[in-house]
Amino acid sequence: MNTPFAIEVDKLTKRFGDFIAVNAITFKVKKGEIFGFLGANGAGKTTAIKMLIGLSKPTEGMGKIAGFNVDTEPEKIKKNIGYMSQKFSLYDDLTVVENIQFYGGIYGLSRKKIKEKTTEILEELELTEVSKSLVISLPLGWKQRLAFAISMVHDPEIVFLDEPTGGVDPRVRRQFWETIYQVAEKGRTVFVTTHYMDEAEYCDRVSIMVAGKIEALDTPHNLKQQFEATSMDEVFLKLAR
Amino acid sequence: MNILAYIIQKEFIQIIRNKAILPMMTVLPIVQLIVLSNAASNEVKNVNVVVVDMDQSESSRTLNHKIIANDRITLVATSFNTNEAYFYLQENTSDIVIEIPPNFENDYINGKQPKIQLLVNATNGQQAIVGSGYLKAIVASFNAKLIQKVIPDISISKQSNTTISSRYWYNPELKYTHFMAPGILAQLTALLTIILSAMNVVREREVGTIEQINVTPLKKWQFILGKLIPFLCIGLVLFTVGIIASKLIFNIPILGNLLLLFGYTTLNIIAVLGLGLLISNFADTQQQAIFIAFFFIIIFVLMSGLFTPIDSMPKWAQQLTIGNPLAHFISVSRKVLMKGSGFWNIRFEFLYTFILAFIFNGLAVWSYKKQV
Ligand SMILES: Nc1ncnc2c1ncn2[C@@H]1O[C@H](COP(=O)(O)OP(=O)(O)OP(=O)(O)O)[C@@H](O)[C@H]1O
Ligand SMILES: [Mg+2]
Repeated sequence: MNTPFAIEVDKLTKRFGDFIAVNAITFKVKKGEIFGFLGANGAGKTTAIKMLIGLSKPTEGMGKIAGFNVDTEPEKIKKNIGYMSQKFSLYDDLTVVENIQFYGGIYGLSRKKIKEKTTEILEELELTEVSKSLVISLPLGWKQRLAFAISMVHDPEIVFLDEPTGGVDPRVRRQFWETIYQVAEKGRTVFVTTHYMDEAEYCDRVSIMVAGKIEALDTPHNLKQQFEATSMDEVFLKLAR
Repeated sequence: MNILAYIIQKEFIQIIRNKAILPMMTVLPIVQLIVLSNAASNEVKNVNVVVVDMDQSESSRTLNHKIIANDRITLVATSFNTNEAYFYLQENTSDIVIEIPPNFENDYINGKQPKIQLLVNATNGQQAIVGSGYLKAIVASFNAKLIQKVIPDISISKQSNTTISSRYWYNPELKYTHFMAPGILAQLTALLTIILSAMNVVREREVGTIEQINVTPLKKWQFILGKLIPFLCIGLVLFTVGIIASKLIFNIPILGNLLLLFGYTTLNIIAVLGLGLLISNFADTQQQAIFIAFFFIIIFVLMSGLFTPIDSMPKWAQQLTIGNPLAHFISVSRKVLMKGSGFWNIRFEFLYTFILAFIFNGLAVWSYKKQV
């Protein structure tokens, strides 16, 4: 792969009947970038992500992830991406370790690799003590961080996080963003949606989606200048109006 | 460990942790066997008879005792007068009047073939057919010629007696549970595996974990097979529990080769699981899955030959049962257990079930969409 871009999207569109959920969005994300994908409820963020990761077929337009076409090569994309869904996606009735093993297993990791990964995740998230507890018994913040770690169990180049910090307290959100920075430092691309405008400030670049369209796309600094705002919150409010 | 092993391992952990599945595999089959084999049978447990003994001889009394000794027959009254006996029939207090003619013993000894008359109250057809069947069997041991006469003014339907003999051919003791238990066992296994498999996949869809699986490079057939194998094991455990329970509780005959029966059962469960997985691909919620599953289950059960013999269905319905895995399952378990049939006798069931397994599972893999 010799392009500098991890994600290239050109006029990508999704219709549900007459309704256009995602309307011809166009953007590029550089490798190693933290890309914030903002938008109000129902703006079409999740729908867009699902097209990018091969869960949903685009109605029109073109998308390339890690150099593979989203329309024709979804299975090739899957080896190179991690995805943390907006819906909680771990097995409640499995323990922390069993969840890691299962996802490591279906990504085809070797037994040795799974062992390594398990120790690594447990230590990094300080979950060693609860490693044999069922996931259902963990607080939401822990679950979310575990889900993030598991979505990266196969060391993907690009990771898509759909509202990873929804509903968790500020302390856990900070931890979460520290992890995101660590991931990006290793040269991985992070594509993240969020509702929290303060989180937008942590991103290298952000796009703001309104009713299926991308209305603004730049670094947080430039966006604030462009809209003569002091915070991303203000930018967002001006756009939404 | 390869990818498939990880899926199967995960399913087994979930199955073992699920508090509902273990009782479903053990208690449910036993309870259903007991309740259904007894309640849903149209076995005739008790026939009320009136004996009119006009001979009063040694022989007639022996016959009389033989009749009374049968635990399915209750003697309501003895009488010397046929007209008085008719009264019991009219009142519905008796199902059958047995008339032993005068000179019964004499004629019998002189080889004149005395005629015993059975007057059958045919308002309850089942009672009439089966009851007279019992009596015929008893009287037959006397090697006497029997005339059965159905009283015209009471009889509503006069049915042919030939049906009884064929139905009880492989069940000489007329134990209805022996006839019902293998069928109920087959029906329960099929029903539970369809529902469990359909619900399982749909639950993953509801919770959202299936999406997470769909973004992995997992192949469709790996997913389907990973679901199929654990539920096949559940089905086999359930069937085994059922067989053991039927043997212990009802002492059902096991005349055929159990290995053959389990071989067929495995094939059959694979077929119905394929259907369950197919259903799950078209249902978004567990509720929908249950509704679709029940649609099939009701048709399967009613047209399975469990309660109504397939032979007595209209021709078109009989042909439809070829597509009914449950009909084949019931037929095989009855044949193997009660008749001791070998592979050759159930080759068509094997063939049809194999085709069904292929179709259902093929469709399940084909219609499983990783992408919407
Ligand atoms: N399968 C579907 N069929 C019809 N409409 C859909 C479907 N999926 C999503 N939509 C609609 O598309 C629009 C965008 O939904 P989407 O989930 O992408 O929004 P979102 O930006 O992720 O919102 P949120 O912040 O609430 O997660 C919504 O109006 C939603 O109702
Ligand atoms: Mg969303």
